[in-house]
Amino acid sequence: MDILKFITAGSVDDGKSTLIGRLLYDSESILADQLEALHSSNRKNDDGSVDLAILTDGLKAEREQGITIDVAYKYFQTEKRKFIIADTPGHIQYTRNMVTGASNANLAIILIDARKGVIEQTIRHSYLVSLLGIQQVVVCINKMDMVEFSEAIYETIVNDYKALAYKVGLTNVKYIPVSALKGDNIVHASSNMKWYEGKSLLPFLETIELEVDDSTAHARFPVQWVVRPQTEELHDYRGYAGRVSSGSFKVNDKVTVLPSGFHSTIEKIELLDQEPEEAVAGMSVTIHLKDEIDISRGDVLVNTEYQPEVSQLIEADLCWMDTRALDPTLTYFIQHNSKVTRCKIREILYKVNINTLEKEFNEDFKLNDIGRIIIKTADPLAFDLYQNNKANGGAIIIDSRTNVTVGALMLRAVVED
Amino acid sequence: MSKHNLDYLDELEAEAIYILREVAGQFEKPALLFSGGKDSITLVRLAEKAFRPGKFPFPLVHIDTGHNFIETIEYRDKMIKRIGEKLIVGHVQDSIDEGKVVEQKGKNASRNALQTVTLLDTIAKHGFDACIGGARRDEEKARAKERIFSVRDEFGQWDPKRQRPELWNIFNGKIHKGENVRVFPISNWTELDVWNYIRREKIELPSIYFAHEREVITRNGQLMAASPFLNMDEEDIIEKRNVRFRTVGDMTCTAAVESYAFEIDDIISEISESKISERGARMDDKVSEAAMEDRKKGGYF
Repeated sequence: MDILKFITAGSVDDGKSTLIGRLLYDSESILADQLEALHSSNRKNDDGSVDLAILTDGLKAEREQGITIDVAYKYFQTEKRKFIIADTPGHIQYTRNMVTGASNANLAIILIDARKGVIEQTIRHSYLVSLLGIQQVVVCINKMDMVEFSEAIYETIVNDYKALAYKVGLTNVKYIPVSALKGDNIVHASSNMKWYEGKSLLPFLETIELEVDDSTAHARFPVQWVVRPQTEELHDYRGYAGRVSSGSFKVNDKVTVLPSGFHSTIEKIELLDQEPEEAVAGMSVTIHLKDEIDISRGDVLVNTEYQPEVSQLIEADLCWMDTRALDPTLTYFIQHNSKVTRCKIREILYKVNINTLEKEFNEDFKLNDIGRIIIKTADPLAFDLYQNNKANGGAIIIDSRTNVTVGALMLRAVVED
Repeated sequence: MSKHNLDYLDELEAEAIYILREVAGQFEKPALLFSGGKDSITLVRLAEKAFRPGKFPFPLVHIDTGHNFIETIEYRDKMIKRIGEKLIVGHVQDSIDEGKVVEQKGKNASRNALQTVTLLDTIAKHGFDACIGGARRDEEKARAKERIFSVRDEFGQWDPKRQRPELWNIFNGKIHKGENVRVFPISNWTELDVWNYIRREKIELPSIYFAHEREVITRNGQLMAASPFLNMDEEDIIEKRNVRFRTVGDMTCTAAVESYAFEIDDIISEISESKISERGARMDDKVSEAAMEDRKKGGYF
């Protein structure tokens, strides 16, 4: 059994909370004490049924302060798969929330209100899903009960969305007509929409195949920690501890340490008392090399034949996440996997209006702004282009005054100085 | 690209090991908060996987309320001996003796709330800049919104407004002097995941997790272990029942469940079928809807 992580993009008005509530409720993932709280609540739907949106309610602090914390995580499992939902508020000012939730998702559910069709918000959500490189998208056309389960309306929305998907570069899109409120096509097939022949949402999520990037070409191992017991019996023990971020490493593979450029060969892979022959993407292991070379936290081991980019001048997409605007005169920190160095934003190339997808040219870069910039780093980064390898192509910007994470970077190209 | 993913337990394990190593790499003086419960016992196993054959780059810290189950303390001492790591104990009794906290009175008196003060004092005394804990997001809705790296000010406060966005697998552990970070490596595990992992790894647990005969009283509809720490009166009727505990907290606030689960397989099927959440057996969460949220903001987990 594996884990599928997905985000849901849509606003409360689209029935997002109800959809999540319905998934949990109909898959019997709600425990008795939570269920009791649900049924004893005063909040009911118009027809007197339980308001499932209660299951995704906010915290007291959020209600008091009128804020929404960026992501709430929900867990459920069926016999086929485990699921982690990153529930992100879909309101306009929360671009940063969706970017955060999307960064770790394998799949995105985009909700469209059948009465409204593709609207500005749909464009925004779809653009962000594409920007963050989520390949698998499910468009749930919700509230079908409010449009008399009309196939014609569904078809019109699907066609409109196809044009949008093409425009933002989403290639793998699945469409499902649903009513989260009534439960049509969520867990069980709808008897109201016999014209729809595809799977309901949950069966679809249970069976979709997840791809793991375990090609040798993308073998990347950021070193987090050097294990050196320095005891008498383990005097020469030196293991590099980390997690394979993408690709695969095997014993006897030739590897290069970046940014130093030293070469060696993998002698042994360890996981406590096991010695696997191969470590693939996602595995946390300890790697031993045949040669004694100077390696520390922040270095990355890569397959010698397939090396990533190494550069100090990089073009990137930036999402700004702080209330204080970007200051191009300021030196920030940049963190890329286990590597931290200083950086400056050298140039803002353009910003993107995420409602119209048009480019804008002005100097300020504020909270929730997204655009293309050129960044200069103090030390070289060994990275892959985000579009080729997400795991080694994302980075964050940290404000050196507040230590807060203020920006998300998708590294896109090397810039020649 | 291949079509297979890591098995879920392998993925959760790898993620937790990754987080533990980030703590080691990013902080000067981390500590692992050890309660004697199954979640922190799981963390110890994960730390072995992350750092062996080296030593842990942090000590274990136990906040002892003085009202622990004796089985928990015995387990703790035996485990420390086996792993050969350093243990620091903060005593709630010391905080009481120093007059920093006042013991609660009445029937539902518990030292559970007092331990926050002892915890914060212990953190300050040793200058810990990161404290690893076994909290999970599936436990409760205030925890569902918790970061994996959660920054606290010197009062231990959790401020929902100051939460840092966590993108990809990049954890920002930069802090100012006086601040510290709570780190939750098994955030993404569910209760069932923890049990399945314990079974897979053949991890030994304190005996109170398994069904045993014990003297209990029924209070507020829940079974509480009869003990000198529990304020009892003539209305309380002590009876012998077959019970086990689903969480390990203070004897005064951890309710037992009637159970015949003597083996881990029994427990896993019991939980799979059970319809009461784990924290449903914690009296301290029942005080109000926002109970956990308030305690968390005050520096409790």
